[in-house]
Amino acid sequence: MKNRVLALTMAAAMTAGLLSGCGGGSATTPAPAQSKGAASGAVTVKVGGIGPITGDLAQYGTATQWGAQVAVDEINALGGPITLDFTYEDDTGVADTAVSAYNSLKDWAKDAPLVIYGTTTTAPCVAVAAETYADRYFQLTPSASSPDVTANKDNAFQMCFTDPGQGVAAANYLKDNGLGTKIGVIYNNGDAYSTGIADAFLAEAKNLGLDVVATQTYPSDTTTDYTVQLNACKDAGADLLFLPIYYTPASLILAQAKQMSYAPIFFGGDGMDGMLDMEGFDKSLAEGLMLMTPFNASATDSRTTTFVDSYKKLSGGVLPNQFAADGYDCMYAIYEACCKIDGIADMDHEQLCDALIALFTGGSFTVDGLTGSSMTWLESGEISKAPVVVKVVNGVYENA
Amino acid sequence: MKKINKNSLNGFINYGIVIAAFVVLQLLLNRGALSNSLQSLLVPTCCYIVMAVSLNLTVGILGELSLGHAGFMSLGAFSGITAAIALQGLIPSPALRLAAALLVGGLVGAIGGVIIGVPVLRLRGDYLAIVTLAFGEIIKNVIMVLYIGVDEKGLHVAMSEAGLHLAEGGVTIVKGPMGAVNVPKLASFTAGFLLILVTLLVVQNLVSSRSGRAIMALRDNRIAAESVGINVTKYKLMAFVTSAALAGAAGALFGLNYSSTVSSKFDFNTSILVLVFVVLGGLGSIRGSVIAAALLYVLPELLRQFKLAEYRMLIYAIILILVMLCTNNPMLKQLMDNTIGKFKKQPAAAEKGGAQ
Repeated sequence: MKNRVLALTMAAAMTAGLLSGCGGGSATTPAPAQSKGAASGAVTVKVGGIGPITGDLAQYGTATQWGAQVAVDEINALGGPITLDFTYEDDTGVADTAVSAYNSLKDWAKDAPLVIYGTTTTAPCVAVAAETYADRYFQLTPSASSPDVTANKDNAFQMCFTDPGQGVAAANYLKDNGLGTKIGVIYNNGDAYSTGIADAFLAEAKNLGLDVVATQTYPSDTTTDYTVQLNACKDAGADLLFLPIYYTPASLILAQAKQMSYAPIFFGGDGMDGMLDMEGFDKSLAEGLMLMTPFNASATDSRTTTFVDSYKKLSGGVLPNQFAADGYDCMYAIYEACCKIDGIADMDHEQLCDALIALFTGGSFTVDGLTGSSMTWLESGEISKAPVVVKVVNGVYENA
Repeated sequence: MKKINKNSLNGFINYGIVIAAFVVLQLLLNRGALSNSLQSLLVPTCCYIVMAVSLNLTVGILGELSLGHAGFMSLGAFSGITAAIALQGLIPSPALRLAAALLVGGLVGAIGGVIIGVPVLRLRGDYLAIVTLAFGEIIKNVIMVLYIGVDEKGLHVAMSEAGLHLAEGGVTIVKGPMGAVNVPKLASFTAGFLLILVTLLVVQNLVSSRSGRAIMALRDNRIAAESVGINVTKYKLMAFVTSAALAGAAGALFGLNYSSTVSSKFDFNTSILVLVFVVLGGLGSIRGSVIAAALLYVLPELLRQFKLAEYRMLIYAIILILVMLCTNNPMLKQLMDNTIGKFKKQPAAAEKGGAQ
């Protein structure tokens, strides 16, 4: 019931957002998909995306690419005053390739106003953000979650939570809801995302007086045996395991914990999102798993269902995850911001960058999207939206 | 006497090629004729040229297969970055600071080369390859848990950020899995060009020296070389450490070209990439390494222009395989020669016009 009410309010808020956004009533009259010239005097803003679409991290890059593509198609069909010209470059998840990709985007845009969307992964994003800061391009990343991405750069903004932000939110959630008396933590100390959340969680847990009885690490997500770490947590008597890790290792941890009949409460970050759609994954293992994710693909509001349908057409049946939803929201954030700026047609990337920064940090600019409503940005570039904790019940997410 | 002349002539041609390429690119740069994409490739290409030439010293000239060359690059990158940030107050000039960072990178690379070289160079062939492979992975994993910070008291090294105990105003330079962030971008194309010249100078002079001949004698027949009194360990180590030092300097330049560098960048794949440059350029051929590294590093970026997106890396791989096949398969070689020969002959024949 709670879920339905939330979904309804979300849907209402989103529809309101769509209508009150720029373009006004044109949202109700479907325009042809290629609206170049359909809306008289529509200005085209170039959006260049960067992310890994080949290599080990390709699943994340393609999710942000397709998620954004869905939004771009919708936006261009609206017939509003702005159309987006979207392209995506591969960075294979490596910093130096990402910088090359960014430079080829600059070549692609020539003198037209260009906004950088990306990069998907953190380390390349830090490198690219330093370049965009020096060159004055506005940059919005869907998923690079380290605070280093936005630190000391006024032009870089995030759509996702920062890693430390997530760690602090998790500790507070556990404290507020009285979950777990003894807490065990298992994280990947070879991964920036995992270490970032875990460090902040451990520090905040200490402040809040949470009893962390075991802290275990493993070196890489290709590790397949977690029994040592699980046994250490079990021996320490942990009744809640905090797992700020990605879903592939997490699925193994769940299976191995079951084998040794160890059944604490499992609590994860947004990296856990996607586990239920893993091929060959026994969903009963995840029963009761709690995770913080901004997006729920099984939500029933109309905007989510439309998004899921369009996304599946692009992806060949793969369900969107939070990376895709963050990408979708990024496009709407860029679109709605551009609509609020006068005279974009005569601007170069530098003026557009300054105008967008002023708008994003102005305080009055809010975006409603799939991953949150009334999202705003802090001066630092971090996003401010409410973290949502969901619980897996009968193989689907339910708001906890 | 003639032989030596030929060698040094070859060396001079190499300098000539590099200097000419630099002058042409610099002219294009000044006229704004280079795309942003190509401009951003200049410095990393220089780094990879140095990597390839230095690996060629180990693989082509010493004749030992090393699969951990990226490990030395990693050592150089992180020590160079650390030096560049730590020396910020002492050396205000960016160019001098870059030079110092490259020296530190080269030095740390050399130390790494000695540490790994002394025990490992007793091994030969596959065993050396396996140990250097493991070495590269060890370096990667050690740096992944390493935290380095600097404050007024000096450098602090720890296994966690809290363990650094930095004083007020201290900066964390390397943050474990996050790598080095907020690195000043000191690297420049000119620095890359100078580093290539230094590398060529060092490697070519070593190769044509008495020591170089001893090294090549070890490659060609170790037992015969030993029997005439060549100190195996000394000369092997000499080549290996020189190679490691140059890789370290290349790593430092590479690290200082990007605002963030993570240790997972310098993994097995990077080692293999450099080895591919060396093998495709021709084992033992310095000029081949320079040209192969330059072309093959730029190639995947050039492929971006043909809107192929996800097929880009696939095409790159196919090109690599084709190059490997064409340069090694005698039948294909014959075929290539014939076709190229035909194309070459036709206009010549037309010019002669019925002389046959």
